Parts: sequence; structure tokens; C-alpha cells
Amino acid sequence: MSTTRPRIRRLPLNAAAVVTVVVCLFPVYWMVATAFTPTRDIQSDNPRILPRTWTLDHFRTAVGAAGFGLFWRNSILVTLTAVLLALVIALGAAYAVARMKWKGRRQFMLMVFIAQMAPWESLIIPVYIISRDTDMLDRLPTLTLVYFMMTLPFTIIVLRGFIGTIPPELEESAQVDGCTRLGAFRRVAFPLLAPGLMATSLFGYITAWNEFAYANFLIIKQQDNRTLPVWLSSFQNVFGTDWGATMAASTLFAAPALVVFLLLQRHVTAGFATGAVKG
Amino acid sequence: MSAVREHTAPRPPLGTGPPRRSTGPGPHRPSKSTGRGIWPYVLIAPAVLGTLYLLVYPLVRAVVISLQDFGLRQLILGGARFVGFKNYETLLGDGRFWEVVRRTFLFMAINVVLIMVLSTLVALMVERLGRFGRTAVLSALVLTWAMPVIAATTVFQWLFHSEFGIVNAVLTDLGFESFHRYPWFAHGPAAFAIVVVLVVWQSVPFAAITLYSALTTVPTELYESARLDGASGPRIFRSITFPMVRPIFMLVFSLEVIWTFKAFVQIWVMTNGGPGDATTILPVYAVQTALSSQRYDLGSAASMVTVVLMSGVLVFYFRQMFRQEDELA
Repeated sequence: MSTTRPRIRRLPLNAAAVVTVVVCLFPVYWMVATAFTPTRDIQSDNPRILPRTWTLDHFRTAVGAAGFGLFWRNSILVTLTAVLLALVIALGAAYAVARMKWKGRRQFMLMVFIAQMAPWESLIIPVYIISRDTDMLDRLPTLTLVYFMMTLPFTIIVLRGFIGTIPPELEESAQVDGCTRLGAFRRVAFPLLAPGLMATSLFGYITAWNEFAYANFLIIKQQDNRTLPVWLSSFQNVFGTDWGATMAASTLFAAPALVVFLLLQRHVTAGFATGAVKG
Repeated sequence: MSAVREHTAPRPPLGTGPPRRSTGPGPHRPSKSTGRGIWPYVLIAPAVLGTLYLLVYPLVRAVVISLQDFGLRQLILGGARFVGFKNYETLLGDGRFWEVVRRTFLFMAINVVLIMVLSTLVALMVERLGRFGRTAVLSALVLTWAMPVIAATTVFQWLFHSEFGIVNAVLTDLGFESFHRYPWFAHGPAAFAIVVVLVVWQSVPFAAITLYSALTTVPTELYESARLDGASGPRIFRSITFPMVRPIFMLVFSLEVIWTFKAFVQIWVMTNGGPGDATTILPVYAVQTALSSQRYDLGSAASMVTVVLMSGVLVFYFRQMFRQEDELA
């Protein structure tokens, strides 16, 4: 009795777990499966859950599409510069907040928290007009600046937390041993900060990599400067009903994020608890 | 940046005392106290300037435009005239606008209720699972959460495709013949439902994982003593679990309310607000008015109404958050 009853009682629980996993994963699975399915099987009245035959044709179509390499380059360029810029500037600000006493520190953090919740969906129009006035439309640096600002507040908040967990005594003793303040920070605190920097930049990468609205409305005439999300959203116009190629392109676009997050799953869930609650 | 710090570095024997802990600027070390007086501000200057130019200025500009007569002509030639609150009057007198506001709140309510209920259930479930099940569910949640918005939107369009979509095929196989080639995106309520399903699917992972990590902080002794006292499952949830995770629950709740407006992207890509106006929520309406009909003034006014509506929730969010901060401190 003691062995069967818990098992029976756990049955609904495990069933619910299976349902959750299936509901979560099915769209992702269906994307990948469709990408590998030959077109004649895709366009059938009886789609099969498991493809009968596999093909790489759709990936060839997607990779061979006009501008494929260019849009990857644009996306990587914009994402990397925005996140690096945010990291450098946030590191300074976070250090000032966590390690120094100055007037206005509380107000500064309040500003950061408010900026973190900035209504970016409602700022598309003025940003468009300002970019137009300053001749910054259709240019990648404009997108970089917007993404930098989107990720900056969160980066400051998380880095402040990480710097706060490093005992200042470590740096102080290094300074006693003859290090300068900067040297102490670089040699002692920075190596300890590295995981924090990694986690923070990961969230920044995801934000910038996925951003669609600004990329869509700020890059209009100069089609060569489009980024991957915009390219993907227009994919159906380009490829019509070629859903295999569309899913192959989606898979390629999603793959980096999916792989990285699956590998770092444990850190990600921990990060949710500490930092991401505030963003 | 590093150059800026290079200058601080060679300066002084930063000495014995921890700089942050000294309570007053010692009169015998004037050089250090002046250095500290400026450097924090130098360090935060780029962040403050960036925020001013990239966030505050656009916001102010939006307010200004919403008070002007600003159409395509003014965009190209400049010289927009101030017209006071005329745009707001036009907007508030427009039946279509009120319809959009009503729909926005409906969309928000449905989304947030579904997200909070489902994620609470998932969080409670994960807590009760064994190690293997827990890892599997958490991995699935993280994977869903990491799925890029545009990729997910494209996949959902494919799932609900009228001719070859798997959803229609499965529904037809299950005997719902009316779903044979059912054009989901041509019917208002159906398109609305799909957007809701997509947003909920993408939002539950974050909420569930956050709530789950809040649940793990509840001491197990509390559950044990409650069970000894003969409390039932729902009773334990009501009197112990929920009060303990309430702060985090409220934080997630207000975040989800605010994030409703982020559905702009899914809606824009999937339905463009259509069919008709069936999926047009406030940010979609604002951008359509401004960039498609070239009424930048009306669009800005609609955006500002959105910001005002949001800031009510934001105040609530910040109260929760600072309470949380104080508890941690």
C-alpha cells in the first residue's frame, strides 16, 4: 500500500508534467521538423508528426536567399556593439553605485529602475522622427544606440548586484599590497565578476538579437541594413508558400539562443531569481 | 572609459581605509575626498547622458508632437504649429479609439489572468516533481522562453495555417469537421485567440520559473506543521504558500501587465491589427496612425495615453519593488 498509493497519487502530477513539456516543446519541435520535411510531405492534407523522409533542401533555400549573410552580419554587429557598449558603461556606473558614497546615488538608481521599464513600444514614433531629423534613418548605428539603451538599465542593476557580492576587503588588501584602485579592481574584482558579466550580457544579447519593432521602422529604404528578425518576418512575402524554407530560416535564427540557454539552463534559472525579477 | 579610469589610477596612495566606509572626508586627506567627489559622477555620466538623449528626449519629443499639428508636410518641411490639446480631443472623440482602448484592456485581462493562473499551477507542479521531472520541465520552460519572438510568431502562423497547418489537421481528425481548412486569421475572434495563445505560451515560462524559485524559499517546516494540524491542500496554499510568495507574485503580476504592450511585435507580424480591427491594441493603433496614415500628432497622442495608462501600473510595480528591496536590505 505504501508503495502503490504515492504512485497513484503522483499519476495526475506526472501527467500534468508531461502535458506541460509537450505544450512547451511542440511548437519548437514542429519548427525543426517542418524544416527537415520535403515540400510534398509538408503540403499534404495529413501532416505527420514524425517526418517520413528528411531533407536539407529548405536549409539550402534559406541560406541561398538574397542577403542571407549580410543580415546575419548586421544582426551580429548590432547586437555585439550594443551589448559591449552597455557593459562598459554599466560597469562604471555599477561600480560607482556599489562602491562609492555620493549624493544622488539613490536618485540615480531610481532613474535606472524607471528606465528599465521604459515604454519602448510607445516611443517608436518620436525615435523615428528624431532619427529622420538627424539623418540617422536606415543606419545601423541608430539601432545600436537604441539597443544599447534598452539593455543598459538591466545591465547596471545586475552588475551592481554582482559587485555588491564581492567583499571590498579583497580589493583593499590588494591596494595595501601596492595596487592602484584600478589595478585592484582589474586584478581582484574583475575575475570574480566574469560570470556576472557573462550572464548579464546573455540577457542583453537576447534582447538585441530579437528586437523587431525598431529594426522594422528605422530601416526602411536601405534594405541591405536590415537585421534578421525583419528579414524573417518578410520571409513569407519572399518565399510565398514555401513553409519549409520559412521554418528552416526560423530554426537557423532561433538556434543560437536555444542552444546557449539549454547549455546554461541552471545559471539561467538562477538568474531569473536574482536579477530578472527586476527586468 | 578605461582611459578615464587610467587617470584615477596613478593618483593617490588610496590608503589604508576602505573608501566607501569612511563616514566623512577626513580633513587631513583632502586630495582623496575631492577625487571621490567627482569620480562617481564621471562614472555615471555616460549612463545619464545616454538616458537623457535616448529616452528622456524622445519622450519629451512625443509630448511636444502630440500638442502640435504634425503630418507628412511638417515631417518633411518642419514648422509644426502648436494646437494645444486638439489632438487629444480628436482622439477621445473617436469611437474607434475607445474601441481600441476597450480591446486593449480585454486583451490585457485575458492574458494576465491566464499567465498568472497557469504559471502558478506550473510552479506548484514543478515543486512537487521528482528530480528528473523537475529538470525536464524546467528545461522545456527555458527552451520556450529562449525562443525568439519572431521565430515563435512565424511558427504559430504555420501551426494555424488554414490549409496545411497541424492544428486544423488534428482538429479535423478528432472529428471537428468544421475546422477543415478553417482560416484562423480571417476571423476576428479566432485571430485574437491565437495572439493570446502565443503571448501566453511565451510568457508562462518566465513567470513560472520566477514563482517556482520563490516557492523554494518557503520553509518546509511550515508545511509540515500545517499538515499536522490537519490543513487541506487548498487551505495550505491559501494560508501559507500564497502569503509567503505574495511579494514576488505581485511583482510578476505587474510586470506581465506592463509587458502586455510588448505584444505589439507579435500582432504586427501576425495580423497587422486585423482582420478589420480585431487585434488592434493601443501601441498598434498608435503606430498605424502615425506611420501608415502619416498622422504623427494623433499617433503620439495615442502613445502618450498609453504611457499614462501604464504609469498607473508602474507606480504599483515600484511600490512592490522597493518594499522588496527594503526587505532584502
